[in-house]
Amino acid sequence: MTTTGDGDTTVTGPSRGGTRTDAPERAGRESALRRVLTRPGFAAIAGAIVVGLFFSFYTGSFATPAGVANWLDPSSTIGIVALPVAMLMIGGEFDLSAGVMIGSSGLVMGLLAVEFGMNVWAAMVVALLFALGVGLFNGFLVVRTRLPSFIVTLGTFFALQGLNLGVSKLITNTVRVADIDAAPAYAAPNAILGGQVDVLGTNIYVAIFWWIGLTALASWVLTRTKFGNWVFAVGGDRVAARNVGVPVARTKITLFMLTSAGGWFVGMITALRLTSVQASEGVGQELIFIVAAVVGGCLLTGGYGSAFGASVGALIFGMAELGIPYAGWNSDWFYAFLGGILLLAVLINNLIRRRFSDNPS
Amino acid sequence: MTADDSPLLEARGVSKHFGNVVALRDVSARVHAGEVTCVLGDNGAGKSTFIKILSGVHQHDGGELFVAGRPRRFHSPQEARDAGIATVYQDLAMIPLMPIWRNFFLGAEPTRWVWPFRRFDVETAKRLSRQELERFGIDVGRTDRPVSTLSGGERQAVATARAVYFGARVLILDEPTAALGVRQVGVVLRYVRRARDQGVGVIFISHNPAHAHLVGDRFVLLNRGRVVGDFGRDDISRDDLIREMSGGAELDQIQHEVDELTAE
Repeated sequence: MTTTGDGDTTVTGPSRGGTRTDAPERAGRESALRRVLTRPGFAAIAGAIVVGLFFSFYTGSFATPAGVANWLDPSSTIGIVALPVAMLMIGGEFDLSAGVMIGSSGLVMGLLAVEFGMNVWAAMVVALLFALGVGLFNGFLVVRTRLPSFIVTLGTFFALQGLNLGVSKLITNTVRVADIDAAPAYAAPNAILGGQVDVLGTNIYVAIFWWIGLTALASWVLTRTKFGNWVFAVGGDRVAARNVGVPVARTKITLFMLTSAGGWFVGMITALRLTSVQASEGVGQELIFIVAAVVGGCLLTGGYGSAFGASVGALIFGMAELGIPYAGWNSDWFYAFLGGILLLAVLINNLIRRRFSDNPS
Repeated sequence: MTADDSPLLEARGVSKHFGNVVALRDVSARVHAGEVTCVLGDNGAGKSTFIKILSGVHQHDGGELFVAGRPRRFHSPQEARDAGIATVYQDLAMIPLMPIWRNFFLGAEPTRWVWPFRRFDVETAKRLSRQELERFGIDVGRTDRPVSTLSGGERQAVATARAVYFGARVLILDEPTAALGVRQVGVVLRYVRRARDQGVGVIFISHNPAHAHLVGDRFVLLNRGRVVGDFGRDDISRDDLIREMSGGAELDQIQHEVDELTAE
């Protein structure tokens, strides 16, 4: 019996000697192993274990508390955006402006706080509204025009990249905003988003806890809420989803807004932590988020994936980003690693789906 | 058949034209609770225009539509659905990659607790979907299987059980047995009977008189937008129905199909 392709083809054929229908037979094959293997994040978890073990044995400092705190940090800032990017991909769309949004929202906040003396809290709220506005624009354009989101958000990406540079230069005459720590009410938001806390003698960035919390929240939303059910539906088949009454446009637009909000969140974390924002901040990250989501088991065609997987994908990149210099290798190798992991994860995910599940892929 | 005085859904002299092309002319048909009315016709006979009028996609130009004896006119599919008329299309009802239980409640998810903690009541959804499918006599194994693993007939069975669960009193099945193997046709006809036994009025659209005769109580034959025959089950034998439907060229082939079916 074939396990790929359209379900129709597997059952309409004549069944051999005595089998009633294919359905109960197939249901009986459902084993514990199969259920573990077909989880969307399986390949990513296996990959994270392999990469983690490798660097733990190969380098001295990787597995120390300080070392762990170090590689969890880039994992967290990738992961916080990779989560909504994964949800958006499950919903059948891409957002290439998620990376540049880190810089844009950081600049909006920084410029308002530093150049116009705005309270940092208020500047953060304005930056959030700006980000949500961009998300709304992306989503509205995609839903209305039916253009591929790849193209629409590529346009937004370039436009924001240019605006980041242009507006920064116009206001500050440089390509950065600095001295955010001198702005009114800097301390509290920095402590909440950018700071570190002492955990058993090791300083850990609070962003890591935000990441873990947001991973749990995103998983809950996807698997345990109405909205989550709709996300899978609009990515799986938008026509069928509309036929049964799912608000397709609203769901997709919300997803775009969540993705922009994810970029805003990391924009605030980096701006507060570094006390300055480069106009080029975040550019190039957009593909890393997508890679994390894909490594975590999201299908490029939508309708399938998990938030947890995307976070594990982000974890792998954090490990590699710090593990490679720990191992004494030139960090140029990072991108070679990134490419290798991406291909490997996609191949393994594909293989598992074909071998162990009936899902067409 | 237990028929109330007034049919659940009745079309009286319904006409529809697109520009100067007449799609339907003076078409009448009705379905009572616990009855299966088959609308038969070849491609281009006007079957799909007729369904679209009944399900609110198109509006008729002439004639009248009655729901439970009262004249109605549907301006949207939503209005028809609210009046208890559900249309199950072959492919457009399910999300293949999602589990059966998620599909079953898609768009009408049961929830618990209050915002922001309001959540999809997964346990209830799983329990109810399993229970409803069992009540319909549909054995699909585990309800957490993705719909893509179901056959075409099984998918329609799930979609039908869902429509009935959500209060459909009239089910319109659009060519449910087209493009299915013999075994799957059996699955579909079984759930059509099951729906009928639960007091649902079923409008069964088909171009296959052999399939229709196995479940139908009334047979309305369409040809070029007109009713060319309207029979009760007792008024026409299967062979006569087949003869009414098609000329001799196809008969051998159809006879073959019928033999296959009855052999089961």
